[in-house]
Amino acid sequence: MSARVLVGVKRVIDYAVKIRVKPDHTGVVTDGVKHSMNPFCEIAVEEAVKLKEKKLVKEVVAVSCGPQQVQETIRTALAMGADRGIHVEVSGKDYETLGPLQVSKILAALAKKEQADLIILGKQAIDDDCNQTGQMTAALLDWPQGTFASEVNIEADKLKVVREVDGGLETIKIKLPAVVTADLRLNTPRYATLPNIMKAKKKKIANVKPADLGVDVSSRLEVLKVDEPPQRQGGVKVETVNDLVRKLKEAGRI
Amino acid sequence: PLKPHPQRNGSERNPGAAPPRLPFSRVTREDLAFFRTLLPGRTITDPDLLKSSNVDWLKTVEGNSEVLLRPKTTEEVSQILRHCNERNLAVCPQGGNTGLVGGSVPVFDEIILSTSLMNQVITFDNISGILTCQAGCVLENLSNYLEERDFIMPLDLGAKGSCHIGGNVSTNAGGLRLLRYGSLRGTVLGLEVVLADGRILNCLATLRKDNTGYDLKQLFIGSEGTLGVITAVSILCPRKPKAVNVAFLGCSSFQQLLETFQCCRGMLGEILSAFEFFDASCMSLLEKHLKLTNPITESPFYIVIETAGSNATHDEEKLHKFLEEVMTSSLVTDGTVATEATKIKALWSLRERVTEALTHEGYTYKYDISLPVEKIYDLVQDMRGHLGDMAKNVVGYGHVGDGNLHLNITSPSKDPALLAAIEPYVYEWTSEWKGSISAEHGLGLKKRNYIYYSKPSEAVALMGSIKAMLDPKGILNPYKTLPDNIH
Repeated sequence: MSARVLVGVKRVIDYAVKIRVKPDHTGVVTDGVKHSMNPFCEIAVEEAVKLKEKKLVKEVVAVSCGPQQVQETIRTALAMGADRGIHVEVSGKDYETLGPLQVSKILAALAKKEQADLIILGKQAIDDDCNQTGQMTAALLDWPQGTFASEVNIEADKLKVVREVDGGLETIKIKLPAVVTADLRLNTPRYATLPNIMKAKKKKIANVKPADLGVDVSSRLEVLKVDEPPQRQGGVKVETVNDLVRKLKEAGRI
Repeated sequence: PLKPHPQRNGSERNPGAAPPRLPFSRVTREDLAFFRTLLPGRTITDPDLLKSSNVDWLKTVEGNSEVLLRPKTTEEVSQILRHCNERNLAVCPQGGNTGLVGGSVPVFDEIILSTSLMNQVITFDNISGILTCQAGCVLENLSNYLEERDFIMPLDLGAKGSCHIGGNVSTNAGGLRLLRYGSLRGTVLGLEVVLADGRILNCLATLRKDNTGYDLKQLFIGSEGTLGVITAVSILCPRKPKAVNVAFLGCSSFQQLLETFQCCRGMLGEILSAFEFFDASCMSLLEKHLKLTNPITESPFYIVIETAGSNATHDEEKLHKFLEEVMTSSLVTDGTVATEATKIKALWSLRERVTEALTHEGYTYKYDISLPVEKIYDLVQDMRGHLGDMAKNVVGYGHVGDGNLHLNITSPSKDPALLAAIEPYVYEWTSEWKGSISAEHGLGLKKRNYIYYSKPSEAVALMGSIKAMLDPKGILNPYKTLPDNIH
């Protein structure tokens, strides 16, 4: 198969870090905070590499949008088995306001430029939880989409995708080219082993600007305020049923 | 060379088993009334509630205590001990009950003195990094408290979620960071201890340097609750490193592992914070019982290396140079690296959960040995040959950077014939290489009678004198640490 897969990888604050809101409430503190690849993007990379190992696709290209630091994230994808990377340079204010609409425009443009047959993304990023980029990218390209995938199989020129939906599992067949977004149970991402980390250093990462792709990254959204969720109050233990009724009445619950 | 002295009574069968009960008093209604007045609602006599405090974490020793006391203050501990001393009642101090040598549970009906309600941080100075807290603070809670303030505890061990700092200090716990931050004997700056007769010894200094007289706290550190009950600790805490990396490597021989260690010391130097190993048998158990995945290709030996420093770029550069060196020179056959917290936790859990994986194999015979570093794995291989089919598993893991081996032997159930084959062979082997028969776990109940394999009789006799001076009635944690017969 001569298929080329484009995988989007996003650099986000590490899952284990305790998030702090900036004192001016315009966002969260990111300076000096540990970042890593979005866990769902890791699953996307793993799936793409697996397809390559099964010889169902020929090349895996990892893409990330952001400042210089996202190159680390692309290197991690390369260490997991991606063949080459594309760094779409977005920095400063543009990066702060970068969201699913602009990213999907970038991915759509790249998919055309690179003649990709398949785009695999994480279902959502753990910082904004938008769950929109995959769907928007498919719409812009007018490609079918298999979202929340927990299983992906290539059958000739079609994709069989098992989707995790509220009611259970839904199996669909979609034509290639297509967009797939990875859900948690699609696979378990491999550790990047040292020989591959060494090899990854030699793999190429191309630099591209959004303007080169004809994409305007200005945002139509304005963040008004960011706040921490309200603190959970401790519960109170009561000794008797009467106490319970009395407390519920006091709290205006009954 | 040390020759073990023959036991004279009671424990010829098994030096690790309990001796006969010493003639302490038994708890009376009047004693209970006293405790209930002193500690209302915190004097536990319900057998169901007592059960978990009567059995050790490994489920290998069980006592018959009928009273569990939960003081909140040093004053309460003082009153408890004053009463017990007058009444000649034996006391078993208990922290998190995670000890591995049967030192933390009663042997007979000793009163359990638990520090679980003495869990307050007293002070923290974020310039000096000196923390003062009560002895019942759980290590992990202290770590979380400090991490919010940009500091860390100087020690870390697998039991962190349950162990108390008082217990750590009274057993001179080692752990995973000793390589970098040293032992509690260096990081503990002061102690508050209640003596057997109830006297409160307040040596809770918060000074880095204080050479005024004999350093009494060193007596209590590692005394396993036999010289006094530690009620508060002041400890020097290091700054939280800005950059932590973990490398997980595979080696095909122990010799290469040792050479990797030398290379590591040379190239990583001051940023090295941990160097741990475990063998392929451990990995199979982790996969089998805990369903953990091996991140790299199967190897005879696995190494966990941690670096901690103040500059991520500097540390990563050093680490990558080191990894390139050990890969190209084939000292290491495979490996992976982690810089993100979630992945770091995952790699560490492989090393930290070996103890847990072993508990699923049946009965575990645990040996915690200090040896010259080159000899560490020889003991494991020798044991395998010596035991043959008698043992189900013979595994080795531990703080190889500190010269400390955890040798574990499993069988489906307790097997006296297997035990007889292991002991005293393992202790004689250790003694021959001038090693320690208990590197960090202490002696507790199980190893008290083996002390002569690692200490001369003059030393043990002096220990006996000190014990007699500080606890003339012998009520503090009897049957533990010192041998049944001191000559």
